[in-house]
Amino acid sequence: MRSRRRAFATFFFLRPRLALLALIAPPLLWLGVVYLGSLFSLLVQSLFHLDGFTGRVVRRVSLATYGDLFTRANMDIVVRTATMAAAVTVATALLAFPPAYYMARYAPPKIKAALALGILLPLWSSYLVRVYSWKLILAREGVVSWFVERARLTWLLDALLGLPGIGGPSLSVSAIGTFLAFVYVWLPYMILPVAAALERVPPSLLEASSDLGARPAQTFRRVTLPLAFPGLVAGSIFTFSLTLGDYITPQYVANSQFIGNVVYESQGVANNIPFAAAFSVVPIGIMAI
Amino acid sequence: MAGETLTPVVRLVSVSRRFGDVRAVDDVSLDILDGEFFSLLGPSGSGKTTCLRLIAGFDRPTSGRIELHGVPAERLPPYERDVNTVFQDYALFPHMTVGQNVAYGLVIRKVPRAERERRVAEMLDLVRLPGVAARRPAQLSGGQRQRVALARALVNRPRVLLLDEPLGALDLKLRQQMQIELKAIQERLGITFVHVTHDQEEALAMSDRLAVFREGRVEQVGPPAEVYERPATPFVADFVGISNLVEGAAAAALTGSPAPFTVRPEKIRILDPGSPAPEGSCSARGRIREVVYLGSHTRYTVALDPGALLTVVEPNRDATAQDAQAARGRDVVLAWPRARNRPVGPAR
Repeated sequence: MRSRRRAFATFFFLRPRLALLALIAPPLLWLGVVYLGSLFSLLVQSLFHLDGFTGRVVRRVSLATYGDLFTRANMDIVVRTATMAAAVTVATALLAFPPAYYMARYAPPKIKAALALGILLPLWSSYLVRVYSWKLILAREGVVSWFVERARLTWLLDALLGLPGIGGPSLSVSAIGTFLAFVYVWLPYMILPVAAALERVPPSLLEASSDLGARPAQTFRRVTLPLAFPGLVAGSIFTFSLTLGDYITPQYVANSQFIGNVVYESQGVANNIPFAAAFSVVPIGIMAI
Repeated sequence: MAGETLTPVVRLVSVSRRFGDVRAVDDVSLDILDGEFFSLLGPSGSGKTTCLRLIAGFDRPTSGRIELHGVPAERLPPYERDVNTVFQDYALFPHMTVGQNVAYGLVIRKVPRAERERRVAEMLDLVRLPGVAARRPAQLSGGQRQRVALARALVNRPRVLLLDEPLGALDLKLRQQMQIELKAIQERLGITFVHVTHDQEEALAMSDRLAVFREGRVEQVGPPAEVYERPATPFVADFVGISNLVEGAAAAALTGSPAPFTVRPEKIRILDPGSPAPEGSCSARGRIREVVYLGSHTRYTVALDPGALLTVVEPNRDATAQDAQAARGRDVVLAWPRARNRPVGPAR
């Protein structure tokens, strides 16, 4: 028994490439067949179209469905979603940097662990619950309105909600509310990669910059920020693509439709799978750009 | 070089730095003169690097005063001090080219582009690395990165250059070569070098003066020859070179007084038993316990009859490895000039 196990181990020790292949074959198969396969099937579906009379899917390759995409209303949805995703990405990046910097540079190990846990903890609760609680927080009778009233700032809130484009009857049904909920739910995905990137910056680099005459702001711009850039990019990809594809937040905390809603309704309510597929290709296209 | 002007360019007055209960630097006073090569020598954890960081401004003293060029500096941030540092890990910016690294201090000071390029090229020439400006630090060898770090620190023309174990990561041959080059650069530029090292040979080879650190305190300050030949404490005698400490009964048997003294291994001669010791020497009978053949020389450990264990180093002028090994267990007489005994203060 023992010798057979040894022979097994020796077999792979002498053939490192085979060992590597054995290790990566299962995930490679998963990625190749299940993930890329379904993506391909999505693309194929988007090339079919729905017969308006029978409500059946016509399995013939054409660009008819993509033609439906380029209506005024649909393009508005695309622009709105992309703008929201960009705004959320910028806001989370700005908000994430200070805590990430503190975690990476100053926090002693115990506090660092507590902070990481604190950042991850909300992810353990259902996403739906968190978004729904934002609806309640931001509602006209919610805690934000109550606080604003107490602070005698209702005029400010009303002015904010009166703004065209981002306003609405209350925070929970305005673009401002959607933005706040998105920033909240995606913030961890920005903090963690930025903190990881900052942690890899040796403190001596910051000392060297200071030693060579750079004030803290100069050190930040010329050394810290460029070295944290990979983390910011990783975090931005998360927040941007998650906002782009989400349909739950816009369903509860919004007054207008986003790409995700349209996809959800096309395939769930209208049963127009080709249109849902075509609209799903839009975020992929945006991300590719 | 040191004697021309007696202005201390760096002055520490009763400087202490505590980390909690640990006194990393404990009441250190030092005057480092303009244009000298000054080494802070000590084992790891002796406070020498903390001392350097206090001078650079990365850390602030718990108490005491620091003056740079006669101006109080303990409250100045690093970017307002006219000193530059070569870091132990070189701390080159990985996202910049070698040229951008060297130019960094000039860019910060808004030096015009043409002058900047001229000075960067001049510095890379000085450290004998022309033509690497376009490369990334990651593409260089350890020795080359060390030179880039040196060029980057020198480009601002500081009056004081701080070096934190700059040669620690290099192999022996490269280290010896860089010792000579560093010393040559220092003499050519005429600026003060403050150099932290745990390598006593390096400190002896390069310094005009050195300070020996132990547990946050300075044990002795002086030129290398003085520190080597006349160690002030048993610790200095032991840390700088190999040293034989003789005390108590053994000291009394050899000199007639129990006062402790040290003697360097290369001062001692090994004689055949029965042969007369020269006039004016200390001598005693003993037996060779250990033999370590080191190529150019051999290190013997000899147990003296009066009760001391002495290390003796002899060059292998004629002796072969076999001869050296055969000496193990042999009865011998050790003799050295009485004048080579160095009285030392009691161990603290």
